[in-house]
Amino acid sequence: MSSSSEISVITQAPQPVTSFGAWLARFHIDLILVVALLAMSALGLFVLYSASGHSASMVFSQGQRLALGLVVMVALAQAPPELYRAAAPWLYSLALLLLLATLLLGQHAKGAQRWLDLGVMRFQPSELMKLAMPIAVAAFLHGRRLPPGLMVLLATLAMIGVPTALIAVQPDLGTALLVLVAGLLALFFGGLRWRWILLALGAGGAALPLLWFKLHDYQRNRLLTFLDPERDPLGAGYHITQSKIAIGSGGLFGKGWLNGTQAKLDFLPESHTDFIFAVYSEELGLLGVLLLLTLYAVIVGRGLVIALRGQDTFQRLLGGSLALTFFIYVFINTGMVMGLLPVVGVPLPLVSYGGTSMVSLLAGFGMLMSIQTHRKLLAA
Amino acid sequence: MNVPRPPGRGDSSSLGRGARGPIALLNTSFESMKNLHEEKQAFTTRVWIAAIGCLVMLSILVMRMTDLQVLEHDYYSTRADDNRMRLVPVPPVRGLVYDRNGALLAQNVPAFVLEITPEQLPGKLDDTLARLGQLVRLTDVDIARFRERMRKTPHYRAVALRSNLSAEEVARYEINRYDFQGVDVTAGLLREYPLGTVASHVVGYVSGITDTDLQTIDEASYQGLNQIGKTGIERSHEDQLRGQPGNKIIEANAGGRPLRELDYQQGHAGQNLYLTIDSKLQTTAEAALGELDGAAIAIDPRNGEVLALVSKPGFDPGPFVEGIDGDSYRALLEDPDRPLYNRALLGTYPPGSTIKPFMAAAGLIAGTLNPATKIFDPGYFQLPGVERKYRCYWRQGHGWVDLNLAMTKSCDVYFYQAALNMGIDRIDDVLGAFGFGHLSEIDIPHEKSGLLPTRDWKRRVYRQAWFPGETLNTGIGQGYLTVTPLQLAQAAARMAMRGAGFKPHMLHAIEDPATHNITAIAPEALPRVEAKDRGVFDRVIEAMELVMQPGGTAYAVFKDAPYRAAGKTGTAQVAGLKQDETYAPKLDATPKLLRDHALFIAFAPVDDPRIAVAVIAEHAGHGGTSAAPVARAMIDEYLLGKVLYNAPNTPLAPVVVETIPDEDSDDENPDAGGAPLPPDQPKPGDDASAVPP
Repeated sequence: MSSSSEISVITQAPQPVTSFGAWLARFHIDLILVVALLAMSALGLFVLYSASGHSASMVFSQGQRLALGLVVMVALAQAPPELYRAAAPWLYSLALLLLLATLLLGQHAKGAQRWLDLGVMRFQPSELMKLAMPIAVAAFLHGRRLPPGLMVLLATLAMIGVPTALIAVQPDLGTALLVLVAGLLALFFGGLRWRWILLALGAGGAALPLLWFKLHDYQRNRLLTFLDPERDPLGAGYHITQSKIAIGSGGLFGKGWLNGTQAKLDFLPESHTDFIFAVYSEELGLLGVLLLLTLYAVIVGRGLVIALRGQDTFQRLLGGSLALTFFIYVFINTGMVMGLLPVVGVPLPLVSYGGTSMVSLLAGFGMLMSIQTHRKLLAA
Repeated sequence: MNVPRPPGRGDSSSLGRGARGPIALLNTSFESMKNLHEEKQAFTTRVWIAAIGCLVMLSILVMRMTDLQVLEHDYYSTRADDNRMRLVPVPPVRGLVYDRNGALLAQNVPAFVLEITPEQLPGKLDDTLARLGQLVRLTDVDIARFRERMRKTPHYRAVALRSNLSAEEVARYEINRYDFQGVDVTAGLLREYPLGTVASHVVGYVSGITDTDLQTIDEASYQGLNQIGKTGIERSHEDQLRGQPGNKIIEANAGGRPLRELDYQQGHAGQNLYLTIDSKLQTTAEAALGELDGAAIAIDPRNGEVLALVSKPGFDPGPFVEGIDGDSYRALLEDPDRPLYNRALLGTYPPGSTIKPFMAAAGLIAGTLNPATKIFDPGYFQLPGVERKYRCYWRQGHGWVDLNLAMTKSCDVYFYQAALNMGIDRIDDVLGAFGFGHLSEIDIPHEKSGLLPTRDWKRRVYRQAWFPGETLNTGIGQGYLTVTPLQLAQAAARMAMRGAGFKPHMLHAIEDPATHNITAIAPEALPRVEAKDRGVFDRVIEAMELVMQPGGTAYAVFKDAPYRAAGKTGTAQVAGLKQDETYAPKLDATPKLLRDHALFIAFAPVDDPRIAVAVIAEHAGHGGTSAAPVARAMIDEYLLGKVLYNAPNTPLAPVVVETIPDEDSDDENPDAGGAPLPPDQPKPGDDASAVPP
């Protein structure tokens, strides 16, 4: 095809279909990911039916969002990663502008300004930023000398910091945290030097007291309550106390699907959104939880494998960040529901009832599939 | 684990241009290639670090879940159940109380309760209350009580506004109910006493459980109940009447709204009680006492069953059940006639001449009295060598009297002599055997033992020896001796039974509400009054029968009775006369509280006694005229089913007063024994059973 002194890049030629996975790959769909995601989502719909108090309409609308998310995922998988890299500056700028617009024109919901009314639907620009952030950081670091030098690092930090701050003042601490994590993970995979990581951790620790004064009252309460949930069992600690009761009473085998009392009798607040993991644990027990965590581990693991096989820095950083952010998602939500972490508004991926997070998550997996299926033959 | 630094001081700007075509790649130096390779190596390391980090975090999650779901599973299970399960007591239906013939004395009537569920009110509460007030009677007290309850109750729960709507009020509400969303009328049970005032001291009443009650009761037995028996049968037989509360375990949601029943533990209803009371006799006795304060008791001598027990005045138990207000309760407590005070069991009175049959029996048993021997009554009695005169109430003296005459005329001198011959010890033995000085142990609460004075008692209380003069006063039922009306009736019953006797009791039978099995209460025999010759009782009864005959003090009342009755009148002195007073002023000129008590005991028929009666009319003068008619009416009612005797009960009429001499006065020397009441004895009525509502 080409001389040995040249590196030639040739788009992968169509190959005989030898398996179902290979057949799917022709449509840029990754078999392992799609099976695990579908299993996860199906599980989520069942739990949602129970957690919502047998609301078929909620399950239906969640199903619709799931379908939309899958369509978006498959659509995004069709585009080659290079397209995302090229679009990165535009995507990032658009998300940033929308965030600013939200701050100025956004809709209030539950005391926070997160929504932008687009006429046909309400839209959370912070969800767009969740995707734009790893793309932008990965694209920014792509082709630069890695690990990044000080100037690059500072520029990257600014790229991460501005949107994080904009989301945090909405205030939506949970999403801000995830956007921050997505950016920092891309930086981490970019080979950020350990001394700076340690330095940042040290500085962060020192800044904690300062941060305390910047928190809203309800956020401070959440932290205090996290440290001692029984401090105010009927007030701020109620969520976590009831959640632990739900989980603990589930036991090894659970009370059975639809038999959880904590959610059905309204003791568990937010049972179909942020605290749906407690319902799941109550009804399906430790064995069910192990199944759930295994599925998550498979998804994350597959994401990391795809990242490892990424063909350039952009692909690797983006894939690694997407996969690990997904894990952080799971960890923050379950940790919070178990009482290991303070209460932060982070949904359980693919299970919690809610629109944009489902779509943005599946969009992320669409890009992972794009990385996996748009491989080019590299020859030296 | 550090990431190898790329060696390049290579042109970083050329590396930072992003995607480049194959042409650019051709120019890439070897160092750049190495750089890319090392970069990938570094990335691989980072991925491994991240994967290990993920595994560590996953292990933390799994450990935490194991801790919650396995190690602490029991704890959280309990808490989950505590969350949702509510124990709801099912109050038992209180047992009914009947009289001996099955007439109701206490029942549970459906009461219409007006309730408001605040959560369901469409508009303002004040508006609803104002509109309701036009349909049903609502006092400020009702509304204030309602607001108080509402504050303590969850808003989805109904709160009682009025607890006893009349049928008319219910009807008015029902017609307009479409206007009153959130307002309901529900049916509950309210204790009701059909005889009301008449049997108030027997049946008693139930009322709200107070903090004081809570210290003595087992709260588990009162789950779901808010009332407890306070007096009378309602109190003494509380455990039988109450029943056992059942339990429902219901599942409730976080708002406390009950959703379904998980478990039901059945309780059982209280037992129905049949009392020994004959409500017709009770009503007759109550009516016969009329306006008088006092007590009337009838006992069936053959088994000790109390047929009637009246204490006048009575009280209306109704307000106590519904929750009496402070002013009404205070008025009852401060009423000088003391309606809450059960005179039949708590009143201690000097028996006066009604003690004489028992003195006679004591003399005959002791062998110191010969019924045929005559004693001369000059109008007074003197102890040998003592100046002091113990008067007979009949100033002129009765002349030569034997036992029959002494009993029919109630001659004091004869009994002074009889008492002196016996001595206080032998008097105490026999009177004690008749039940004086002891609690009768009747099965309703609160009674007094009265006082049977003995040498020991005198030494203990006064640190003095017993004086012969005190024996004389005891002999005519004055001095230290006090008795309760119940003791008098019981003693009369034992005389009727010729010394045999049974413990007086009010409970006739118990009915199991489920099976309707009726268990009779067996009478409890008491030891006989010991006598070598049973004939002594017949001898005394013969004299008591003469009391009802021409010349006897009760002849006027019993002359046409179609049965043979035996009895004895008595007049108990309340206030001692001053030494220089020669004669008490006329009855209607005496302040009421200083007037004598009228007493009467009787039983009938003489040969086959079925009823024994004791009557005390406070401050009513002479026993034959005030108390005997009550006894006559009671015996008539019980034996004949109707009252033949219907002389107007006007004991205070002047006409009667003139026929009453100064009976039983021994007032020459109050110190010697004629004192109105011994100083250590509280006046009758000093400790009314004041039960807070």
